[in-house]
Amino acid sequence: MTARSILDHVPSGVSLLVWAALWELVGRFGGIDLIPPMSQIALTAIDIVQTEKFVTALAVTAQAFGIGMALAIVVGIPLGVLMGVWRPAERLLDVWVNIFISAPLTALVPALMPLLGIGQTTVVATVFLFAVWVLVIDTRAGIHHVGGSLLDMARLFGGSRTQIFFKVLLPGALPEILTGLRLAVVRGVKGVVIGQIIIALLGFGELFELYLQNFLMEEFWALVFVVFALAFVLVEAVGLVERRFDFYAGSR
Amino acid sequence: MDASTRDACPARDAGHPAGGVADATPIVRVDGVTMRYANGVSALDGIDLDIPRGRLTTLLGPSGCGKTTLLKIIAGLIPPTAGTVAVNDRIVTGPGPDRALVFQDFALLPWATVLRNVAFGLELRGVPRAEREAIAAKYIRDVGLAGFEHQYPNQLSGGMRQRAGLARALAVDADILMMDEPFSAVDEQMRRKLQEDLLSLLQVEKKTVIFVTHSIEEAVYLSDRIVLLSRRPSRVSAIRDTGIAHDQPPDQIRRDRRYLDTVDEIWDTLKQYLQ
Ligand SMILES: Nc1ncnc2c1ncn2[C@@H]1O[C@H](COP(=O)(O)OP(=O)(O)O)[C@@H](O)[C@H]1O
Ligand SMILES: [Mg+2]
Repeated sequence: MTARSILDHVPSGVSLLVWAALWELVGRFGGIDLIPPMSQIALTAIDIVQTEKFVTALAVTAQAFGIGMALAIVVGIPLGVLMGVWRPAERLLDVWVNIFISAPLTALVPALMPLLGIGQTTVVATVFLFAVWVLVIDTRAGIHHVGGSLLDMARLFGGSRTQIFFKVLLPGALPEILTGLRLAVVRGVKGVVIGQIIIALLGFGELFELYLQNFLMEEFWALVFVVFALAFVLVEAVGLVERRFDFYAGSR
Repeated sequence: MDASTRDACPARDAGHPAGGVADATPIVRVDGVTMRYANGVSALDGIDLDIPRGRLTTLLGPSGCGKTTLLKIIAGLIPPTAGTVAVNDRIVTGPGPDRALVFQDFALLPWATVLRNVAFGLELRGVPRAEREAIAAKYIRDVGLAGFEHQYPNQLSGGMRQRAGLARALAVDADILMMDEPFSAVDEQMRRKLQEDLLSLLQVEKKTVIFVTHSIEEAVYLSDRIVLLSRRPSRVSAIRDTGIAHDQPPDQIRRDRRYLDTVDEIWDTLKQYLQ
C-alpha cells in the first residue's frame, strides 16, 4: 500500500484521538494553567454530568431551546410557504429575511434583555431569532423547487388549491424544509448557549460563569466538551432524518 | 389479435359511419389561437385546427415552435392571448375531466409509489381509495408495469416512468388523451417498443389522441393525421392524413408503402422551412 492509500483508509475519528493525545501532552508537560490534561477533563466531565447543577442547567436549556425551536417552526415554515406561493409576500418580506439571516444576532441579545427581562424569555427569543430565518429561506426554496410540471399535472387532473397545497407543494418541499430544520437546530443551539452566556444567570451560562470566575479550568473545559457533544449529537440526529428523505430530492 | 379479426376492421375507427377522417365531427376546435407570453415571446400565431374524434392526430414541428404551449392551451392550463378552444362544442376555460395529459418529463410524484401515482388523478377527484387503486392496478397491468406497483419513480427506467404517466392518464378515462413528446426522454429501442405498445393499447381504449413530437418517423408511424406547425410564431403549415391502417401488426407498419411515402413527403415539405 502506498502512503496515499493508507491515508484513504484512516477512519475520520482518528484525528480526534490525535488531537486529544496532543492536548493531554500539552496539559501534562506544557505548564499552562488554562489547559489541564485531557484525561482529567474527561474524568471531571463524568462527575459534572451527574451533579444536580448540571441536570438543572440541562433542563433549563432544553426548555428554552424546545420552546424557541417550536416557535421558529410554527412561524418559519408557514412564513416560508407564504413567501413561496405569494409574490407580494415575497417582495415585502424578502429584505427582512435577508437582513436577519446575515445579521450578527448576538448583538441583539442585550437589547432584548430590557424588553423581555433577564431570564428564560430572553433566551427563548434568542433561540427563535437565531433559528427562524433559515427555516423561512429553505422552506421558500423548497416551495419554489417543486417542479412546474407537477403543479400543472395536479391542476390538469382537477386538483383544488387545497389539494395541490397538501398533496404536492408541501411534500415536494419537504427535503428543503428538513434541511432548513437541521440548519435551524444548529443555529438554535448556538442561540441558546449565547443567550445564556450573555445573561450569565441561567443554565449553562450560569455554570460557565461560575467555573470561569473561580478559575476551575477542568470543570470549564469539561462543560464545553459536554455541550459540544450534545449539540453534535442533536444535529446528527436531525441529519439522519433528513437523509431518509434524500431519495426524493434527487428525482424531481 | 389474429388475421381474421384484423381483416374485419380495416381502420381503427371502423365503427364510425363517416369513414374518412375529414368527415368526422371534430371533438376539439381550435379557433384563431394566438399566444404571446408575458416576456414578449410570440409562441402561436392564429392557429385554426380541428381534431377529429377517435383518431390520433399529431402536432409535428421543430423544437420551440409552441407545441407544448398549444397542448397546454387545449388542456386549459393556460389561457390563450386571443382565440378560443372548444371541446365537444364547449369553450375551454380550464382543465376538465374530458382531457388528460401525458407529460414530457413524466410529472410523477417522487414520494409516491407507482400505484399512488397512477391513481393520483382519481385521488384528486375524490374516488375512494379501494376503488381508485383497483382501477389503477388494471391500467398498470395494461401498460405493462405489473409487479412494479410499489416501486418509487426513481427506481424505474425512463420508459417505465412514462408507462406510469400513461397509465395515470388512462385511469381517469378522459375522452381526449394528450401526449407531449412522451417518448423523447427514452432511448431509441425503448422508444420503438413504447410506440408499438401505445398502438396496441389504443386498439382497446378508443380515445381521441393529440400527440406531440418533433420526430417525423414517430409522427407517421402513430398518426391518422399529421398537423405540421411552422417555426415560431407557429402557424399550421400543412395537414396530412396518413391513411395507414393502425390495426396491422405494429412491425408491419414500418414496412407499409404508405408509411415510407408519407415520411418522404413530410420531409420534403419540412425542408422548405429549413433554409
Ligand atoms: N412560460 C413561458 N414564458 C415565456 N416563454 C415561454 C414560456 N413557455 C414557453 N415559452 C417560449 O415559447 C416558445 C414555445 O415553447 P414550447 O411551447 O415549449 O415549444 P415546443 O413544445 O414546441 O418545443 C419557446 O420559445 C419558449 O421559450
Ligand atoms: Mg415542448
